[in-house]
Amino acid sequence: MIGPAGLDGRPERDYSGPRVRGLPLTSEEYRAQVIVGALFAVTMVAGFALLVVYLVGGDTQVQGILLTLAFGGLGAGIVVWSQRLLPTRLVTEDRHPLQPEPTAEALATADATREAEAGFARRHLLIGLLFGAFAGLGAALLIPVLSLGPAPGRSLFVTAWRKGSRVVGIDGKPVQASALPIDGVVTVFPEGAVGDAMAQTLLIRVPPDLLRLPADRMAWAPDGYVAYSKVCTHAGCPVGLYRAIEHRLICPCHQSTFDVLDGAIPSFGPAARPLPQLPIQLQPDGTFVALGGFPEPVGPSFWNMTSGGGA
Amino acid sequence: MSGGVAASGPADERVPSSDAGVPGDARPLADRGVTGGYAAPGENIPIVGGAVRFFDERTGLATFGRNALQKVFPDHWSFLLGEVAAFSFVVLLLTGTFLTLFFRPDTTPTTYAGPYVPLRGATVSSAFDSVMQLSFVVRAGLLMRQIHHWAALIFVAAIVTHLARIFLTGAFRRPREVNWIIGFGLLLLALGEGFSGYSLPDDLLSGTGLRIAYSAALSIPFIGPWFASLFFGGAFPSAGFISRLFVIHVMLLPGALIGGISIHLLIVWLQKHTQYKGPGATEHNVVGLRLWPGQTFRSVGLFFLTVAVIALLGGLFQINPVWEYGPFVPYTAASPAQPDYYIGWLEGLLRMAPGWQVTLFGVTIPEPFVPGVVIPGLLFGGLWAWPFIEARITGDHREHHLLDWPWEAPWRAATGVGIAAIFVVLMLAGANDVIGAWLGIPVETLTVVFRVLVFVFPVVAWFVTYGLARGRLRRGSAPISRPGGIALRRNASGGFEEIHERSAEAIAHRAGEP
Repeated sequence: MIGPAGLDGRPERDYSGPRVRGLPLTSEEYRAQVIVGALFAVTMVAGFALLVVYLVGGDTQVQGILLTLAFGGLGAGIVVWSQRLLPTRLVTEDRHPLQPEPTAEALATADATREAEAGFARRHLLIGLLFGAFAGLGAALLIPVLSLGPAPGRSLFVTAWRKGSRVVGIDGKPVQASALPIDGVVTVFPEGAVGDAMAQTLLIRVPPDLLRLPADRMAWAPDGYVAYSKVCTHAGCPVGLYRAIEHRLICPCHQSTFDVLDGAIPSFGPAARPLPQLPIQLQPDGTFVALGGFPEPVGPSFWNMTSGGGA
Repeated sequence: MSGGVAASGPADERVPSSDAGVPGDARPLADRGVTGGYAAPGENIPIVGGAVRFFDERTGLATFGRNALQKVFPDHWSFLLGEVAAFSFVVLLLTGTFLTLFFRPDTTPTTYAGPYVPLRGATVSSAFDSVMQLSFVVRAGLLMRQIHHWAALIFVAAIVTHLARIFLTGAFRRPREVNWIIGFGLLLLALGEGFSGYSLPDDLLSGTGLRIAYSAALSIPFIGPWFASLFFGGAFPSAGFISRLFVIHVMLLPGALIGGISIHLLIVWLQKHTQYKGPGATEHNVVGLRLWPGQTFRSVGLFFLTVAVIALLGGLFQINPVWEYGPFVPYTAASPAQPDYYIGWLEGLLRMAPGWQVTLFGVTIPEPFVPGVVIPGLLFGGLWAWPFIEARITGDHREHHLLDWPWEAPWRAATGVGIAAIFVVLMLAGANDVIGAWLGIPVETLTVVFRVLVFVFPVVAWFVTYGLARGRLRRGSAPISRPGGIALRRNASGGFEEIHERSAEAIAHRAGEP
């Protein structure tokens, strides 16, 4: 069924009759043909030009433009063709019900199926056992899944820092206290674990009289040298920004802000707990060693962090 | 069962020509269930016709093919948004295949020795090295990489716009809830594809993104540490993760997308398109262009134009210049750091959430769990279930094939715009450092502003949209018409009646039109 003519309001022209070669074109058709032809020519030229540019080692921009012209000419030509040279008359198609009325034959088949199903549906015990079998298979499928990674174990609770670990810089050499000016900050690692994601630590030097650490942790920060985990307690990004005037560490990812003088307590942003402080000791030769590992897990929180399990 | 029915179906529905060996089908088109005047391609052409007959004799598909070519597609630009998404996906598959031939999913450290001078001598992963090679040495490699990245951005944008169109016009209503669910699943897959692809080059930005994803996984109560370890293959940064991500990006997710898109389109085919209210359109028909040649020409044209636009973006607009970010180093972070826009809302959620963390009975609920897992789950889960939520609210469980104009369901439009407003605020909050630097406002102030806005702006947007839609609806008693077309007016019972062109009523309505 062809819909009423001019349904879409476009000027009407009958395209349905037999087209004879050599039939005179209307001027609009002629113009459209010229446009489409020109657009296809653009594609032709741009395609070959692209090949030439590529062969002489041309740059990304020129290739991008030529590729655009190549595809654009073709696309625009086809669209103009469809709009100007093809019938745009709207037609109507009936919608059929999505669920047709069942035929007598289908009903008969369904009855037969029901009969056949009886041999299955009545066996309740077997069906129960079948589900049990699937559950067993499901459990067996856990085997490859559990092989995908190691058990987390204690890995989230401990880092490479040990009692007596020498504090070294990114170059692996021990950090000299004298090399760090007041308000200076340097990224440090335990000797032997340079670059370790979990052990990364910031050594910051602040004026000693400004430090307001809990009493039992004052000794962990000799002469105003204080060391905090560099792993943000929010989402684990390296806490890479230090605003020396305010003595604040800022995580560039989500702007969690930690007060260095107050024991790296979060003062703004999404982080919920302080950066763990590393106990360090100044050696007679002007280098540092750790008095132990971090007292609590570094990095983002996890559910059994406080219960200390380690599944 | 269905096989049995088909085999015993009425014989006159099959094409006798294949059995009789007569070229073509001798019956009139109308007898074959064909309603239009177009002949199938290949008929009366010896070679093509012969090939068609060869396959038809062995498959019986020619009748289906002929009917398919007659299928009617509604003629409205907004129906093309989904096509743009599908075409971007084709571009992604083609350029992506090219990229896989050069990319090495391997984190083994190596020393960069390529032509980009600032990084020469730097220790980089093999993956990063291969991306550098692709960008600076392989001819047209950078073009392909940038086209691939831009196509991904267009892909997600087209899906979201398509989804907004479906939402605002009520196209998701029965019987199309199924396709809404599949389509929404496709959006999630596309987001996963985007994020996994963004993370593959092993540059500083993508490594930071993975670090955050790992932390979000870690925050899941009870199973978090296990889940993160199994998914990432150990503690972050695990050596094997890039190759694992590569398999996800080039096999698992594309496979799921191809399967999902196929089912999505098959269902559209079976259910036929919805259509806007307009001349001749009813709940029981489809008014538009036939698949061949009208719709085919438009779609093919649109395909090439989509490719052209993506090629222009990929050729002229630099994207993801990994050489400027440098290789991933676990103790370094870039600032300002921005993800691709489609992850921006999640970044905003993480940034603006207050630092609240609860520990009860030895169980800690990590801070990122609520903004990083629960709220995205609620937002997406709510949208996913929307067809059922709306049907429950309105009590309307009937089939709908005629679309609402957005203003015809003011509260739906308002809800849609309200949800969009939430995402807009979240995306802006995800760029708070950039916006802050640009406006010269401290990030802290800006974050507080966004914390307020995320509640206020959607409510304001809801009421404004509702008011606008109601206003439009009141003026909407004017006939829906196009110049030279048939004028229809909605009557009290919800149906449509035709207004004759010259009737005084129609003229009065016309005059009242804005």
